Amino acid sequence: MNRFDPERVRGDVPELRRTVHGLEMAYLDSAASSLAPRAVIEAMSRYYERTHTNVHRGVYEIAEEATEAYEGARVAVGKFIGAADPSHEVIFTKNATEAFNLFARSWGASTLGEGDVVVLTEMEHHANLVPWLQLKAERGIELRYLGVTDAFRLDLHDLDEQLAGAKLLSVTGMSNVLGTIPPLRRLADAAHAAGALMAIDAAQLVGHAPMDVGALDIDVACFSAHKMLGPTGIGVLWARREVLEPMPPFLGGGGMILDVRLDGFRPAEVPHRFEAGTPPIAEAVGLAAAVRYLEGLSMEAVQAHDLSLTGYALERLGSRFGDKVRVFSPADLTDRGGVLSIELQGVHAHDLAQVLDRHGVCVRPGHHCAKPLMRRLGVPATARVSFGPYSVERDIDALLDGIDHALGMFG
Amino acid sequence: MDDLEDLYREIILDHYRSPRNHGELPTPPAHRTEGFNPLCGDEIVLTVVVDDGTISDVRVAGHGCSISQSSASLMTGAVKGKSVTDARRAMRSFKRMMTVTDDTDEDAEEPVDLRSLGELAALQGVVKFPVRIKCATLAWNTLDQALVELDA
Repeated sequence: MNRFDPERVRGDVPELRRTVHGLEMAYLDSAASSLAPRAVIEAMSRYYERTHTNVHRGVYEIAEEATEAYEGARVAVGKFIGAADPSHEVIFTKNATEAFNLFARSWGASTLGEGDVVVLTEMEHHANLVPWLQLKAERGIELRYLGVTDAFRLDLHDLDEQLAGAKLLSVTGMSNVLGTIPPLRRLADAAHAAGALMAIDAAQLVGHAPMDVGALDIDVACFSAHKMLGPTGIGVLWARREVLEPMPPFLGGGGMILDVRLDGFRPAEVPHRFEAGTPPIAEAVGLAAAVRYLEGLSMEAVQAHDLSLTGYALERLGSRFGDKVRVFSPADLTDRGGVLSIELQGVHAHDLAQVLDRHGVCVRPGHHCAKPLMRRLGVPATARVSFGPYSVERDIDALLDGIDHALGMFG
Repeated sequence: MDDLEDLYREIILDHYRSPRNHGELPTPPAHRTEGFNPLCGDEIVLTVVVDDGTISDVRVAGHGCSISQSSASLMTGAVKGKSVTDARRAMRSFKRMMTVTDDTDEDAEEPVDLRSLGELAALQGVVKFPVRIKCATLAWNTLDQALVELDA
């Protein structure tokens, strides 16, 4: 197994040089947004300093270089996730949420009518709920949900019944609250057997575990660059070319057309059909640099690092605080990633996070854009702890000291 | 960590641990309004009875952080038995206390008279934590909405 030294990664991340309240920053909020290594920031700066202009237009040297950088990023991202046809199957969007909206508005609205079934789960982020709820409200599609077990896994006992007659199964690749990784290949097989497409919300998965869309046999994946060491402002909709080809445009404007007349237009081919207006070029360059950085670490090693920290956190939380801390996350290290949610007895997550801030610890309090899951868990909010390749055990030690302080204050 | 202690004063922790006027009043005669803080998922249910321009009873249920829960508890104490006019006055003063002021702005309003706020002044430390202001104002905004719905 490849290993990397997280201290070396810390050295690569300029933001970790700053202090918060005079303390070393214990950044445990990578599930919200990851910290970019210098290579990403410098790639974007270099692009703006040397190559910037619009893409797909000019014939002069830098225009060609910019187009090459942008299209090169598309291929790099496609290869990173094992896409069969990287230059046609990767659509750049604003973020994972927009990717889901594009898919729901284009594929969903052109394919689904009244009574058509989309199967989701109770552990989805709102990005994979609200676009479908919008289609339910507008077109009367039927939504069904796979539940969550008391062990914080997906409840698959009624999978085949739920999938009967469904057109799509859309599931998180890794829960942003629990860290749970559902059995994606098994779900894809079941979806296909039922005649449905299989989509995943890969926002938490893609930067934290090896992901091969071919091996998973999925049809669609949505993710954001800023959760995989890249910049904000760019996300990805990947879909198999056969899925993308019949899909109508989502946003209309420049760049997505073959021809425009005053009485109509002909849309461009994929992927440009779905990229109206000037795209996030510098961000694509930054995302490609992030992909290179992750490949340098090796995704197997990134995953192993996350899991090693998760094991340490679960063990230390249990041994130091016992019943005073409730952990919402699978208790073992199989089929999961480096995300866990906690609730302290008598301390609201918001208050915990406020106290932790004074210890230099950054965690996310709240519902994590997964309100149905919060209701299922029976809590208004949790404090979420999540890791990145720059996370180290002393971040968790700072978290534990902060928890101790909060328990003393509110308990 | 002085400002943390300024945020979590003992009176706030006391109202958090033992909220006053907690629960729901039967509707009718009470009017029921729900308040949400989408930021942190806090949800409160406010039930209020207004008789002849007076808030004769008010209760708050729901869940939230110490700031939103203690603010709700303190609010019920500040408005129960008061006229709607006085309640609105307290609401305005409280919201002014919760407004981040720019020290260099010469046109800024006079600072709010903290003495007029009584126990509510315990929450003044919140203003140094801008993200938490919404927690502190949740109950007041819900009361405001209830009074609008009641046309009171």
